[in-house]
Amino acid sequence: MTEPELGWIDPQVAEEFPKLRLWHLTVAARDQPSPPELRERLRLLSDRFHGARAIAMRREPVPHAYRVFFRHIGIDPDDERTPIEAAALARLKHGGFRSIGLLADALLLAVVETGVPVWALDDERVSGGLGIRPAGPAERLGRDELGPDVRPGRLVVADDGVPLAELFGEVAPGHGVTQVTTTMRLFSVQAPGVPGIHVEEALWTCTEALDTT
Amino acid sequence: MVVLDDTFPGLAPFVDEQVDEAAARRTLREQIARLERQLADAVVAAFPQTRLELRPAGGGGGPRMLSLGELETQRDALQERLRQVRGVLESRGAEVERNRILLERMLLEPKRYKFARLHRADVDMGGCGAWQVRPRLGLIGMMMGWWQVKLSSGCPLAT
Repeated sequence: MTEPELGWIDPQVAEEFPKLRLWHLTVAARDQPSPPELRERLRLLSDRFHGARAIAMRREPVPHAYRVFFRHIGIDPDDERTPIEAAALARLKHGGFRSIGLLADALLLAVVETGVPVWALDDERVSGGLGIRPAGPAERLGRDELGPDVRPGRLVVADDGVPLAELFGEVAPGHGVTQVTTTMRLFSVQAPGVPGIHVEEALWTCTEALDTT
Repeated sequence: MVVLDDTFPGLAPFVDEQVDEAAARRTLREQIARLERQLADAVVAAFPQTRLELRPAGGGGGPRMLSLGELETQRDALQERLRQVRGVLESRGAEVERNRILLERMLLEPKRYKFARLHRADVDMGGCGAWQVRPRLGLIGMMMGWWQVKLSSGCPLAT
């Protein structure tokens, strides 16, 4: 595992959002079924997480910061939920946090415990460092020719070559972690107003969970 | 006659073409953050007794850097939504106040409110109980005018 690194932010974006940050780190881990300890941890977390908390969450500093940032970049958080609210909603719908697999569970644990979302990429398909920039004309998500188009001006998480995900969106097809992935690149977006220690905690929670096998 | 507000022909009105739009956008973002906080407070205050329909303002243009106009539109939409939510809360507050007065009157003069029924939720209280004005000793109480307020025993047992 490497230390978390600060990603680059396009100067135009940095001028508008001087406190926006992207953090990433590399972890040698494989996706596989969750070990019983992690499933148990999710079950305990489900018991602590109720409807009232899901409603009151929007007043807590970190989820609130993401809600505000969503509005600042043109996303209505009552339409497209922030990651923590999406996790809360899924918890209420399914009656608990459902275990899907080691990586999905680790990412879920990080967002529920800290309010900060974390995503994972297959490190072998990432070229250089990660950063945030507006998409240019005629760009696609990912390196595959069949990757979806990105509208020019959309904020994307990109490596040195191509956009790998829309900001707060799913990672590009073919760039996610698969059964054969041996090294993952975890990244997190620190919205303005979110203390750095929460992001650090989210990345640490995720790597620690990936390490439980 | 002297016209006091006549303009000086030599002085053209000053128009700064280099308006600092970044500062204006920053101010709008601060306003949006404040409105979002107030909206969150209103939503949490309403829970769980008042059901609020938070319809998205629409747009859905994906993550991007908003122009001054877009930020203004968003600020206005948020302000309108907050106004609607506060309206709902206000009318709910007035309704609860009316119900509390009714409850006090029921307790003072049950005879005047025969068979009236008020749920705990109607006066913004948790639980499932209800106050009901009922005759003491059934038919005998009805004929004798013996009325009382009974509070039901609470939530039904889980099956």
